[in-house]
Amino acid sequence: MALTGLEIYKLLPKKNCGECGPPTCLAFAMSLAAGKASLDTCPYVSDAAKEALGSASAPPIKLVKIGAGEKIVELGDETVIFRHDKTFFHPTGIAFEVEDSLNEAELTQKIMEINGLEFSRVGLQYEVDMVAVKQTGDAAQFKQAVEKVAAGTKLALVLITEDPAAAAQALEVCTGRNPLLYAATESNYNDMTELAKKYNVPLGIKAEDIFKLSDLAEKVIALGHKDLVLDSGARGTAQVLADLTQLRRATIKKKYRPFGYPTVAFTTAEDPMEEMIQAQVYISKYASMVVVKTSAKHFILPLLTWRQNLYTDPQKPIQVESKIYEVGKVTADSPVYLTTNFSLTYFSVEGEVEGSKVPAYIIPVATDGTSVLTAWAAGKYSAEKIAEVINSVGIADKVNHREIILPGYVAVLSGKLEEKSGWKVIVGPREAAGIPAFAKSRYGK
Amino acid sequence: MAFAVVKERYSSKVNEVVLGATSEKGGTRSHVIKVGGQTTLPYLHFEGEVPNKPIIAMEVTDVEPNWPAPLKEMFKDVYNDPTAWAKKCVEEYKADVIYIVLNGADPDGANKTPEECTETVKAILKAVGVPLIVKGCGEEEKDNEVLTKIAEECAGENLMIANAEQENYKSLAAACMVHKHTLIALSPLDINICKQLNILINEMGLPLDKIVIDPMIGGLGYGIEYAYSIMERVRMGALQGDKMLSMPMVCTVGYEAWRAKEAYSEGEEFQSWGEQSFRGPLWEAMTAATLIQTGADILLMRHPQAVKLAQKNIAELMESNKY
Repeated sequence: MALTGLEIYKLLPKKNCGECGPPTCLAFAMSLAAGKASLDTCPYVSDAAKEALGSASAPPIKLVKIGAGEKIVELGDETVIFRHDKTFFHPTGIAFEVEDSLNEAELTQKIMEINGLEFSRVGLQYEVDMVAVKQTGDAAQFKQAVEKVAAGTKLALVLITEDPAAAAQALEVCTGRNPLLYAATESNYNDMTELAKKYNVPLGIKAEDIFKLSDLAEKVIALGHKDLVLDSGARGTAQVLADLTQLRRATIKKKYRPFGYPTVAFTTAEDPMEEMIQAQVYISKYASMVVVKTSAKHFILPLLTWRQNLYTDPQKPIQVESKIYEVGKVTADSPVYLTTNFSLTYFSVEGEVEGSKVPAYIIPVATDGTSVLTAWAAGKYSAEKIAEVINSVGIADKVNHREIILPGYVAVLSGKLEEKSGWKVIVGPREAAGIPAFAKSRYGK
Repeated sequence: MAFAVVKERYSSKVNEVVLGATSEKGGTRSHVIKVGGQTTLPYLHFEGEVPNKPIIAMEVTDVEPNWPAPLKEMFKDVYNDPTAWAKKCVEEYKADVIYIVLNGADPDGANKTPEECTETVKAILKAVGVPLIVKGCGEEEKDNEVLTKIAEECAGENLMIANAEQENYKSLAAACMVHKHTLIALSPLDINICKQLNILINEMGLPLDKIVIDPMIGGLGYGIEYAYSIMERVRMGALQGDKMLSMPMVCTVGYEAWRAKEAYSEGEEFQSWGEQSFRGPLWEAMTAATLIQTGADILLMRHPQAVKLAQKNIAELMESNKY
């Protein structure tokens, strides 16, 4: 099973060239042992060593790609159980289920709705990933639906069928799209695996429970197909949570090879809101992809927001560019708010300024993406630094007045800031939530 | 090879905290509610016990709430009458607990006296049988005055009182100790301050099972991931035997979720986000449900539909998943 760093080190080329990333071969060996690197990144390792290292050198969860061209969804390749241990890397793929029984008009409508699922909020763009076509009738009907969906969207495709004959026909009409074929089961896995190999597409495998999934995965791997997506077959929220936790733990903690692949979960709730909450559980708890039926915007936006939040790197806060932002129809008399470039801080201020209905300029000072108090405590939000930004960003050319509004928490900076910048400093409210009241009393007509 | 379930062994558990008191214990509640007591990470029934489900406290304010219009609309028949409002939450929406926020005490607002605030709490105690959580207006000096008065006048009810903070915990901790209430310890998204505050409160003599942690969450889309990770670490601390992180956790879901413009904005210019009437309650429910995944024990919520979704989610998660 798992090898130690030293055992791996003995088989490495010992050039210490650093081309793999870590500075020395020993460091690389340690990363491999921890499952945080892949042997492929070393250009000099011998085939014999590769063979000897085998599974010990592979990442715990294989990276599997679905789709081709403009839309490729990457699943798996995760290394931790808690996001605070490092980060989660590949956001859960969300697939929208479309049944092949829909008539022409319904199908067109549904695809349009799914294609339209793009959102922008707080400076970020959210996109969706996949369309899953589900077989409910005969092979011909399934093939026809797949053909239409393939023509109607650039999103990655999932083919949901357990009938190898229908799968073969459907694969024929979406060659080059690299769809996920779902699913191989105990009764059809020979044929399905052959098809997945023939078309070189990833294969979903579905069992009755997690123990049978282990057996089935071993059989499919033995047939020589290794682009897999696992489904334990559980459908109740609590059981899926347990199974997904087991799949993740077994690979990360035990390097259990049959489970070293991305996972898929299916929602069951009829009510779209309940369905979104169920999907949230699976996104939170390790599902590499989730298949949902709902595709209306107001339901999907909260779900995508959570996915984005969860997959944010805890060590790299999201930042906005340090420049002048204009909110509303600003004039030369509009107020100027100061904040930091931590995106959460900036957008809290922006939201409240917008809500105040007083057009204004906002200048986020670059603080490496830290909040006002954090930056202040770390010496990144000093009077000198703020003054330098005010005088270099060009705000003096945009306004007639010489007043800047400082966050209330750093009121202590105001004297020095006036002195350094030459601008009059107004101490604003401590919380952004106080901005509307502040703006109304000070600038309201 | 056959797959063997991977089980963790933890050395400790989350404290069990009781809310409310019945007549045998000197209170007037129809029943008490227990939270905490978990010996495992959230809802992993296969390797430990989850003896109590998370509970939902619905928010009631003593003056007309300063809430976004579509949320306020849900309570238009009762928001000027806190007792009727509380009754509706319990009877119609099945709130486990009532969370009364005394905004009326605000010196810059209605500036109600401690006596008036106590009246309101007593009226609600009379109107409903569920335990109560009582929060002040946020102005420290006034809150100390108001909440200590309420603690004294409602002795024996085992209220949950909010909030003790690092710079202001002594009067509230003392009041809870003397009059036998439970205290919420609020720390600003910082696990070290959280732990330190619990130590300080405990040193005053308040037992550990009379303290609940409020980690000061961010809402969905506005920093919820920070709260998510801190709460995961708090819970892991409890299971690994850190006594000062072993308290149940309470989350101000309603307040945070409804600050987001994604929750309340309606009309033409927000069409790209879909309909507010669906998006708003889901925004709050999604905030609650993600925190439930970290082990949140008490959810302070507002919108009836969001409450219903969270209740459903909790019921599903409480089903066994033993192998």
